[in-house]
Amino acid sequence: MPDERPVAALRGVSMRYGRVTALHDVDLAIHAGQMLALLGPNGAGKSTSIALLLGLLRPGQGRAELFGCDPQQLAARRRIGVMLQSAQLPPTLRVGELLRLTASYYPHPRTVQSCASLAGIEDVLMRPYGKLSGGQRRRVQFALALCGRPTLLFLDEPTVGMDIEARQKLWATMRSLVEEGCAVVLTTHYLEEAEALADRVAVMAHGRVIHQGTVDALRARVAVRRIRCMSSLSAETVACWPGVSLVERHGGALHIATLEAEAVVRRLLASDADLSGLEVTRAGLAEAFTELTRDADTALHTAREVA
Amino acid sequence: METASLQIPAEHEVTMPFQRVIGAYLAEIRSECLRYLRAPGFMLPVILFPTVFYLMFGVLMNGGHPHAARYLLGSYTVFGVMAPGLFGFGVSLAIERDQGLLMLKRALPMPPGAYLLGKMVMAMLTAGIIVALMLVLGLTAGGVTLAPARIFAFLALGVFGVLPFCALGMLVGTLIKGQGAPGLLNLVYLPMAFLSGLWFPLSVMPGWLATTAPVWPSYHLNAIAQHVVGLSTAPVTGHVLVLAGVAAGCFALAAARLRRRG
Repeated sequence: MPDERPVAALRGVSMRYGRVTALHDVDLAIHAGQMLALLGPNGAGKSTSIALLLGLLRPGQGRAELFGCDPQQLAARRRIGVMLQSAQLPPTLRVGELLRLTASYYPHPRTVQSCASLAGIEDVLMRPYGKLSGGQRRRVQFALALCGRPTLLFLDEPTVGMDIEARQKLWATMRSLVEEGCAVVLTTHYLEEAEALADRVAVMAHGRVIHQGTVDALRARVAVRRIRCMSSLSAETVACWPGVSLVERHGGALHIATLEAEAVVRRLLASDADLSGLEVTRAGLAEAFTELTRDADTALHTAREVA
Repeated sequence: METASLQIPAEHEVTMPFQRVIGAYLAEIRSECLRYLRAPGFMLPVILFPTVFYLMFGVLMNGGHPHAARYLLGSYTVFGVMAPGLFGFGVSLAIERDQGLLMLKRALPMPPGAYLLGKMVMAMLTAGIIVALMLVLGLTAGGVTLAPARIFAFLALGVFGVLPFCALGMLVGTLIKGQGAPGLLNLVYLPMAFLSGLWFPLSVMPGWLATTAPVWPSYHLNAIAQHVVGLSTAPVTGHVLVLAGVAAGCFALAAARLRRRG
């Protein structure tokens, strides 16, 4: 089955910079038609992982693969598109010129017009890159990533500095690319971006992949749910109930975090007949993510104390 | 939303026709030349320094010395030709390593060496423009006469003479990242120009200082330049070999550093 072979993978990769271990036995696989979001705090090893997959770094141990080849092989890189977070493009070149230059590296590039319309930059093609706003520059970089008809897209913080409309447009384009069978590796600080787009999430902390799975699986790992209601019950009273981990009062509203939402809701309704505006939500990716990385931090500290 | 153009290529389509590979090199060269020709912050100093110095010292204040305009046409052209190599190549490499452009280019399927080739051609083109302007000034305001063959040789001297300085700039550009590079390259550029007799002939300098001149590559390019403008009849083969050696040595060191560290 050709679909089962990943388009890109890290296999047992470890990387050290001097005494610092940047990556610790990392396994990552990206499959065709899949959007993988790579999450984690700064310094977790996301950029190092991407650099290894792009062939910018050589693994100290283990193997990096791009379409089953060494990522430093040109033929493998002809099938990828790249949008890096930090790259500053030549300010005196016009957007159209940048697109034509990048397209020249690929065997079957899209036309300038089609890249421009996919990224929503038709109106700035003749303008020098240096004269564009931050959001426009990101869209140009997105167009450059698309221009070679890549099978695999690397997008590093793609929507930083974009307004909501531009972000929605970019998300829509990313979704249709994935539907067409393109794989995407996305690193982002916006968790709602990962939540809205990604099929799979890999959470990194301290150079390790601490969770890999679907967005739902990540959320399920944190069983906390949030209850919000308008009630006259005091926060102190509710805080004493079994299963309640946290209660806060914001004006007339109670915010309750709990592992046993059903039992707490039953008791709330029984204790306060006038209770209104009841909402129960599952923790978002943000909470799940915070919890996971906190666990990893604790584990690391414990390991250090034991050692 | 334009979904019709979103097709993904099949596996067999990823081989790159030879013609498109050549096209990629040409596109890189074209972009690199365009972006610098459009950058007055780069073009104005590299053109104005040698031409204004030549007009001041070679034409207006040449002290009535019959050979001054001819000598300084050679030496200030060498001074001018060094700049696109050291600054166009070296500084831009240092800054683009710092700003992530080089990293992006290495991640993209740019054909190998296209980046450096683009910068090299840009430096050669800029050097050609500088030599042409210096020739115009020398032949008109400076009153220098040169046979057509010497004019042609002088142009070639500038266009190829920039290469050792490209290699030197590239080496400095791989040693230093970002905005520190212009300062360091000025510390190399200005003393080197002075100590190799580009501003004043070595004969007016203290003897001990003049004897150190041959350690600078610019001394050797100036020796060839003086031969081309007809002020010297000494053989130039040795100087050509020194410059070729400097170019090859610096390039090899810089390329090795670039491969290792990016």
